[in-house]
Amino acid sequence: MKFAIVVRAGPLASEGSRSALRFARAVLASGHSLERVFFHGEGTYNASSLTVAPQDEDDLTEAWAELGRQQQLDLVICVASALKRGVLDEREAERYDKAGANMRPEFVISGLGQLADAALSVDRLVTFGG
Amino acid sequence: MATLHLINKSPGSSDALTACLRVMAEGDAIVLIEDGVYAALAGGDTAERLRGVASALEADVAARGLQSRLGNGIEQVDDNDFVELCTRCDRVMSWF
Repeated sequence: MKFAIVVRAGPLASEGSRSALRFARAVLASGHSLERVFFHGEGTYNASSLTVAPQDEDDLTEAWAELGRQQQLDLVICVASALKRGVLDEREAERYDKAGANMRPEFVISGLGQLADAALSVDRLVTFGG
Repeated sequence: MATLHLINKSPGSSDALTACLRVMAEGDAIVLIEDGVYAALAGGDTAERLRGVASALEADVAARGLQSRLGNGIEQVDDNDFVELCTRCDRVMSWF
């Protein structure tokens, strides 16, 4: 079965990102396909490469990136949500004349259309955070 | 056309569960996750209503030390069971 996940929580303020990550792993472990993970609102903070996790805490941004690399996941962050939170890829940093880009390379910036597309093409869309 | 409802807030901090119960249809199910698992506490206001309808995510129950305190008829499920429940319903709806 085809799944997509929406993540509306950042890595720190609530449990949503951790819940979504656990669910993503379970989807894959159960033999289903995970077509897309869409990070919206505070969820876009999960794509920042500049977070430094304390040694005694899990690093959720790295955990998402690692899962993305291992499973070749389509990790999409919402452009409108990301820009105002200061999560930028090279192209957006250049476009808005910012000092640097900080989006992890495992993610891509795109629009809400990618969420609508996922909602229409997968069997189950599951939302976490909020 | 059953719906799986996800509740992630305790009944004391959010109206999500109340709103969900109001519109739930025959055959629908609930999974309690994160602070939502507090709704399953034996002796609480909501546990009786959730009997046979809701399950609680095992890791979130354990994280709060509530393993032995859930109401009768509220099953604990692991992450893989949670995925399985999603496949058995027609859609999944998160209440915030």
